[in-house]
Amino acid sequence: MAEATLRTAPLDKTRVLQWLQTYGVYAGVAALLVVNTVITPHFLSAENFRTQAVQVAPVIIVALGMALVIGTEGVDLSVGAVMALAASVTALYLGYGLLPALLVVALFAAGVGLANGALVALVGVQPIVATLALMVGGRGIALVLLPQLEDLRNPALASLGSGDILGIPYLILIAAVLALLVAFVVRRTTFGRQLLAIGDSRPAAQLAGLPVRRVLIIVYVVCALLAAVAGVLATARLQASDPTSLGNLMELSAITAVVVGGTPLTGGRVNIAGTVAGAVLIQLLTATLIKHDLPPSWTQIAQAIVIVAAVYAARGRGKR
Amino acid sequence: MTVTKADAPVTTASNEPTGESEPVGSARSERLSALIQQHGALAVLVLVSLVASFSFDSFATGDNVGNMATSSAFLAIVALGMTFVIITGGIDLSVGSLFALGGVLAAWGSRHGTLVALLLPLAVCGLIGVVNGLLVARSRLAPFIVTLAAMLGARGLLLAITDEGADTFLIGKGSFLAELGQGTTLGLGNPVWITLVLFVAGAVVLRRTRFGQHVYAVGGNEDAAALMGAPVARTKILVYTLSGLLAGLAGALNAAWLASGVTILGNGMELEAISAVVIGGTLLTGGLGYVSGSLVGVLLLKVIQNVINQIGSLDSSYQQVVSGAFLAVVVIAQTWLGRRRQLM
Repeated sequence: MAEATLRTAPLDKTRVLQWLQTYGVYAGVAALLVVNTVITPHFLSAENFRTQAVQVAPVIIVALGMALVIGTEGVDLSVGAVMALAASVTALYLGYGLLPALLVVALFAAGVGLANGALVALVGVQPIVATLALMVGGRGIALVLLPQLEDLRNPALASLGSGDILGIPYLILIAAVLALLVAFVVRRTTFGRQLLAIGDSRPAAQLAGLPVRRVLIIVYVVCALLAAVAGVLATARLQASDPTSLGNLMELSAITAVVVGGTPLTGGRVNIAGTVAGAVLIQLLTATLIKHDLPPSWTQIAQAIVIVAAVYAARGRGKR
Repeated sequence: MTVTKADAPVTTASNEPTGESEPVGSARSERLSALIQQHGALAVLVLVSLVASFSFDSFATGDNVGNMATSSAFLAIVALGMTFVIITGGIDLSVGSLFALGGVLAAWGSRHGTLVALLLPLAVCGLIGVVNGLLVARSRLAPFIVTLAAMLGARGLLLAITDEGADTFLIGKGSFLAELGQGTTLGLGNPVWITLVLFVAGAVVLRRTRFGQHVYAVGGNEDAAALMGAPVARTKILVYTLSGLLAGLAGALNAAWLASGVTILGNGMELEAISAVVIGGTLLTGGLGYVSGSLVGVLLLKVIQNVINQIGSLDSSYQQVVSGAFLAVVVIAQTWLGRRRQLM
């Protein structure tokens, strides 16, 4: 269908919009790369690409989970709080070694995801409200566990944050592997198909006999676990646990990446490659503005415009 | 006629109860459900306040109550606008940013006189509200995303005005604006009186005017409201405008109270406001809600905050845990009550 669009000559508005919906995010990334190559000094250096990629890796990981939740016509506001929680718990249990600490982190995150999922799937609460409670409470728990910023001196954690294989940092590798894994689950597994069916129409999925509750709960647990992974990685990179500001506004960045990447908020469709590109687009946009000494206020305004433009382009694509 | 969720046809597919159907109850238990939904928060507020005043000598003093009232006033004004938005089935995430923006604009404008100080925040925040409303109502974008963008944009605008947060604007002592924020009338802070007047006006508008009926109708069932001849788009644009105006006004009053426009204020305020509205019995699915409940919700959040401060040994971060837990309990109870009513 996309090829047909490209071959026909006369431009009309709906076709342009359709093309923008599908390829706009990649075009945006490409345009920013070209513009930066021309106008930004030292842009084309391995060092710079590495920095940008390491910075965007946690956003991508959180956005992967968010994409799954949005695919079920939900939203998860608690991901930033889960990142902070993961940081606090890592700091508390690091004394027992990295692996035990990670295990406890996973347990905490699974608990949060289970609570979100149960509220949505069993009680029938709207996702935005269900996850709002843990967005408020989760960071509170993180702060109760560890009230202030704490430096972490642990060689294993440090190497997780700054180590690499063949020059590629662990952070990027982990983000890439997780993205491939999630894309595989969405496209090739029964679970993925069930997830999309639920997002398309929950009553229909129910009538068709799909395990709606189970799938929804698993989706929220996976989302929380991915947020915890991002939290641990961000903590490893900073070599400090910062419960007050780690993951702040992350839910918004993640939702933005998913939406800009072409996944409709109305559920039923998930675009993982687009989500990754969406996160990269926003990272590049921010980096471009900062590198040219434009103030942070411009970054926020630019981000706001990108969000509205992306949603406007995606308008009418969903089922409504 | 007011269309509420209970008598509107069930259209929200994603929210449809997934459970097995319960036996049909009597009209009496339906009334009880409605009563708990509307006044549950008030009962809890009275209970918590009573326990607190017996437990802490410093709780029920005039000073403490006055302080609580004044510090509740600003959030309450924001929550009033949010109530209208949520009853239409929408949500406004931009109010925290607009609150901060309103405060800074008021403080900046106070150099050029009180009129500028009051009109500038209202004009700018109201305009952002209009844009929110237009995008939601005319372009049919999700309220969540539109107001999220407005939240980022307004914060960006705020940073641009204040030289990236470096400038702080002060409000001169003795000016009318300072008096409005800091003065007291009959022993209560002026912001408290303004809040009470606004809430009475809000309740009258919601319950007694055609616009109020439209707000309920749009939230109850948009298609039905359109068929009934309600101006759906205009109603939506108006509620987002109202929300923006009230957030700007609350910010301006807060700046007058603090005697300066503080750029970092309002972070997370949208969540506090939404929490207060939900705790007060307004359904996030729209179509059902009470202005008075939102006021009770704000007071309840502030009382909990105050109690936690009174327990000296408890860290203030417990406040977030308690608020979160409280919100979860209320939401579960509400969903359960709402489901019962829907099935009857």
